[in-house]
Amino acid sequence: MNLKFRVLKSIIKQGFQGMWRNRGMGVASVASISAVLVILGIILILILSINNFVMDTTTQFDEIQIYLEDNINDGFMTNIEETAAKNKGVVSIIFESKDQALENFREDWGDEAYLLDGLENNNPLPNSYIIKVEDIKYAGNVVDSLKGLDGVEKVQYDKEVIDKLLMIADYIRVGGIVIIAVLVFVSIFIISNTIKLTVTSRRREINIMKYVGATNNYIRGPFMIEGVLFGLFGALISIIIVYVGYEYFFELVNEQFYTLFSVFLIVPKMIFKDITVIFCAIGIGIGAVGSIVSMKRFLNV
Amino acid sequence: MIKLINVSKEYDNGVKALSNINLEINKGEFVFLVGSSGAGKSTLSKLILKEEEVTEGKIYLNDLDVTKVPNRRIPFIRRNVGMVFQDFRLLPNRTVYENVAFAMEIVGSNPKDIRRRVPMILSIVNLSSKASCFPDQLSGGEQQRVSIARSIINNPPVLIADEPTGNLDPETARDIMRALMDINGRGTTIIMATHAREIVNDMKKRVIALENGKIIRDEQKGGYELEVPSTKEYN
Repeated sequence: MNLKFRVLKSIIKQGFQGMWRNRGMGVASVASISAVLVILGIILILILSINNFVMDTTTQFDEIQIYLEDNINDGFMTNIEETAAKNKGVVSIIFESKDQALENFREDWGDEAYLLDGLENNNPLPNSYIIKVEDIKYAGNVVDSLKGLDGVEKVQYDKEVIDKLLMIADYIRVGGIVIIAVLVFVSIFIISNTIKLTVTSRRREINIMKYVGATNNYIRGPFMIEGVLFGLFGALISIIIVYVGYEYFFELVNEQFYTLFSVFLIVPKMIFKDITVIFCAIGIGIGAVGSIVSMKRFLNV
Repeated sequence: MIKLINVSKEYDNGVKALSNINLEINKGEFVFLVGSSGAGKSTLSKLILKEEEVTEGKIYLNDLDVTKVPNRRIPFIRRNVGMVFQDFRLLPNRTVYENVAFAMEIVGSNPKDIRRRVPMILSIVNLSSKASCFPDQLSGGEQQRVSIARSIINNPPVLIADEPTGNLDPETARDIMRALMDINGRGTTIIMATHAREIVNDMKKRVIALENGKIIRDEQKGGYELEVPSTKEYN
């Protein structure tokens, strides 16, 4: 146990030493990792923003309105309520009477509300249920279960809009994952090449280590630590660049953006934690995998 | 100590480096391996270190069948066989002390032992005063002595020296030989592959001569050539 600990300590020490000795090459690795991560960050923010936009928009359409026939009897109403409640994901079922509907109209119309005067006695608006669902994906089932029930005049739900938006969101998610995967792959390739250069320049050292009886793990260890440290530095730099850069951009355009699309950009503070975790994980992963890949060839002595 | 039974080695490209080698080297022996380039000297040491796999036969190192050792255990064979090379193979960015200590760190030695043992070994090879020098501040002979110190620091029972005097002038070469003899005197078995005719003739040790992958001569207290002068030119 003591022996293992000493070997481990020696490996870690060598990792830090190696990083310091190869700082020239290290700067190149760190720069390429942070470049990739910055691009990744931009794409990530773009995807999150678009996703946000889509989600925001869908919440504006996530109500299902069930218009009821006039003179509906209580039995039918209870039946409709119970049927709706049985569906998965239903958050609330609110009854909106004719009078309330008219009142809502008045509020919406504001100054022109006087046009609605006089309708109180002969209100053309139907009674209705407004059903909210937890997630838009549950809406389809709710709609299907209620259509054609006794007492239901019409089920109002903007299925096509929602479906399209959801489809867009899906495409964006898949596209984003693909782009991120490609970028990660590219950066593994970059770092493994940079590390390969440091490994090649230290081939002699590796060769000597093998002759003195160092195990493969002992030889690999310092390089992996070096790679991980490079990855971590690259991640930290790119986090700062992306965060500061995005905050600046956010201050600059958020208001205009809202006036144009009536959606807010993602607030920088909200993504800071995610970006930190994601970048550190990717950076460390790239460093470790890159060094393992590049070491492979040199260990067969 | 070291035993080769019917060892043959054919490389993937079809070159037959060694064929049917039978050999036994006892504990504490000093053995010269001689022969022209390509005779199979290096292949022999590579097989003992399991740097290459035998095509046929068995190699025993202290009753351990080297040919059956799984790959991940290879480092542990190498810890039992010190290696010295013609080109020294020192780490240029480490001091003499660090170069030697490094071999102990790899096997996870206690720092206290390292601090105690490295100066001791450096004094055996007469380098105590150069402990904090870097390799490029040393002469060739001194560098070779560092590499010898490194090879014996973990007390291996066997030391293989592959033309350790190849890059050195005769005077320095004699120094190296003295160091090796000293180590041999402390009980380490030494196998030295060499082209240095004078050294072999002076030392009167066991000589194994290889030619075309076969042992053509194995004599105690031998010389570089057979008594009958050969027509072959050696440098």
